[in-house]
Amino acid sequence: MSEDTSYRNIPGTIIFDAEMSRRGYHLNQFCMSLMKAENRDRFRADERAYLDEWKMTEEQKLGVLARDYNRLLSLGGNVYFLAKIFATDGKSFQSAAATMTGMSQEEYAAMMLSGGRRPDGSNGNKVV
Amino acid sequence: MARITAGVSTSHVPAIGAALDLGKSAEPYWAPVFQGFDFSKRWIAEEKPDVVFLVYNDHASAFSLDLIPTFAIGCGEEFKPADEGFGARPVPVVHGHPELAWHITQSVIQDDFDLTIVNKMDVDHGLTVPLSLMFGQPDAWPCKVIPFAVNVVQYPPPSGARCYALGKAIGKAIRSFDQDLNVQIWGTGGMSHQLQGPRAGLINQEFDNKFLDLLINDPEAAARIPHIDYVREAGSEGIELVMWLIMRGALEANVDLLHRFYHVPASNTAVGHLILKNGG
Repeated sequence: MSEDTSYRNIPGTIIFDAEMSRRGYHLNQFCMSLMKAENRDRFRADERAYLDEWKMTEEQKLGVLARDYNRLLSLGGNVYFLAKIFATDGKSFQSAAATMTGMSQEEYAAMMLSGGRRPDGSNGNKVV
Repeated sequence: MARITAGVSTSHVPAIGAALDLGKSAEPYWAPVFQGFDFSKRWIAEEKPDVVFLVYNDHASAFSLDLIPTFAIGCGEEFKPADEGFGARPVPVVHGHPELAWHITQSVIQDDFDLTIVNKMDVDHGLTVPLSLMFGQPDAWPCKVIPFAVNVVQYPPPSGARCYALGKAIGKAIRSFDQDLNVQIWGTGGMSHQLQGPRAGLINQEFDNKFLDLLINDPEAAARIPHIDYVREAGSEGIELVMWLIMRGALEANVDLLHRFYHVPASNTAVGHLILKNGG
């Protein structure tokens, strides 16, 4: 294959390309199912049983149960699909993003108020 | 004939919609964001567009991994607000303009842009937040809206150059529609932001402001920015900015800048907003 994959060299960033999409197909489609209120209720009632209805890998299922979003991203999850999980949990995009950076929600919110994470780190916030 | 009177660009951050829906727009965190649209609301109340051609992206709401159209045009009579995981936003149903949408579809496909035709889809915050920012909270949206969804979720998204050229074809199509309509074209999404991974929270004010400058004065140069530059400089979700180039492509080379606004942050995102009068 000769596709340009230079986007894979950006630190702390996973581009949702063909390889990730193939790896994450069932994980992401599970996430889509949470757009229906009845499915959200069934998932909340017994998360493991609901996950076992999907052709996901065990590692993906454990990632969902642990709400380990970085792990799920590396296993083919896309953030707009994973958003259905944290929406089901009543969590905001900002609180989920904070967990991916290893910061508390307060620390992350403070970083955003100070102008966010600059690509060159010039305002004191970490580059990655 | 139909006239394209103006182009509007704006970010479409979901938290902005939530702030408005929950009555938080006057709070200190959100007030500066909404103040950036005070002029815009007054302006559009006088402009009274008949139709808004609204370029946005779906965020795994109408389109799952089952079907991923690169460019999809809404030709239906109406489009309902999507349930994105916490219930649909309490905003009016969007009414389309099937006659103009089909005219654009035919013209643009015959100009070699292979659109996907959609008669039924729900529209998410990508489309409804810009409507809320520009029109506030009316009981019904005051104009028809043609939704135009661009894939920027699954790599590869269309290039900026392709979006800009498509915008030109859309502009030509609208101007050849045989009804006296006041049409605006909106490009939404961006500006710099990254919602995922250890680099989440990325903001790049220099990139964003340079992009605004180029979009207004040198759109050909803006259209040459490659995918990798958006991702590296403006974050993985900053790629949404290619949708602004569709708006700009539909306008004439010369435009008159009526309003420019930039604010950091809204949740994870840099908010940018332009109003460009067509023809300068």
